[in-house]
Amino acid sequence: MTNPTTVTAEPGVPFIDIVRDFDAPPELVFRAFTDRDLVAQWIGPRALEMTVDHYDARTGGSYAYTHRDPAGGEYGFHGTFHSIEPDLVVQTFEFDGYPGHVSLESARFEPLDGGRTRVTTHAVYQSVEDRDGMVASGMETGLTEGYERLDELLPTLAASSAR
Amino acid sequence: MTDDDPRGTRLDQAFTALADPVRRAIVARLSRGPATVNELAELFPITKQAVSRHVQVLEHAGLITRTRDGQRRPCHLDPAALEELTSWIDGLRLATERSYRRLDAVLASLTQEES
Repeated sequence: MTNPTTVTAEPGVPFIDIVRDFDAPPELVFRAFTDRDLVAQWIGPRALEMTVDHYDARTGGSYAYTHRDPAGGEYGFHGTFHSIEPDLVVQTFEFDGYPGHVSLESARFEPLDGGRTRVTTHAVYQSVEDRDGMVASGMETGLTEGYERLDELLPTLAASSAR
Repeated sequence: MTDDDPRGTRLDQAFTALADPVRRAIVARLSRGPATVNELAELFPITKQAVSRHVQVLEHAGLITRTRDGQRRPCHLDPAALEELTSWIDGLRLATERSYRRLDAVLASLTQEES
């Protein structure tokens, strides 16, 4: 059973909060958030087509990466790391296709019992419109991925109900 | 992201409409059943005209519809429109969850390396 992901986006305020627990200690979660090769394995909507231009996760460093969809569309993202601490990563985030609309994202790693970690991310957009525009544009992807996930899940369900 | 995306525009209007606390309260009241502007006006310390304007914003955003019932023109919440707002959040949640499941796998392999 995977851990539930809680997403909160209240109407009228330009924030998105996400909380998720992971079955690994904070040091490893920190590595997975800051190591270029590890980040490439999980971040964004399509891990397989992600290329990392650079990922210099230290205070004052910067990053840029590109997602490519099967149709040849390219979606570039970049930003700077404002602060990197063992339990905190604060960075800016900007979609190349929507220049000037920068969000500030923080991820906090909090130790839980049993060597687990709670990751709390808080994203601040420049306006409610920015937030809704950014997320609504990613919605189609999210829904598609939901169906893909369902595709993966259904054989498992079929197998377990056959028993 | 494009301006001619009708779904995006509708979502923008819906979220803008819901950015107001009185309009959120109106939506909350209508979720329990239809009500006329007069009935809604009794709930708030503002004029009937102000309530009427809020109702118009919600109607324009596609969140509520008004029917005619003799002299009464009750407002109804449109469940499909609200569902679309929820699916916006669901889409984000699914996308995040998918990334985070890959992160689970990355962390599992790191944990194995360390032990």
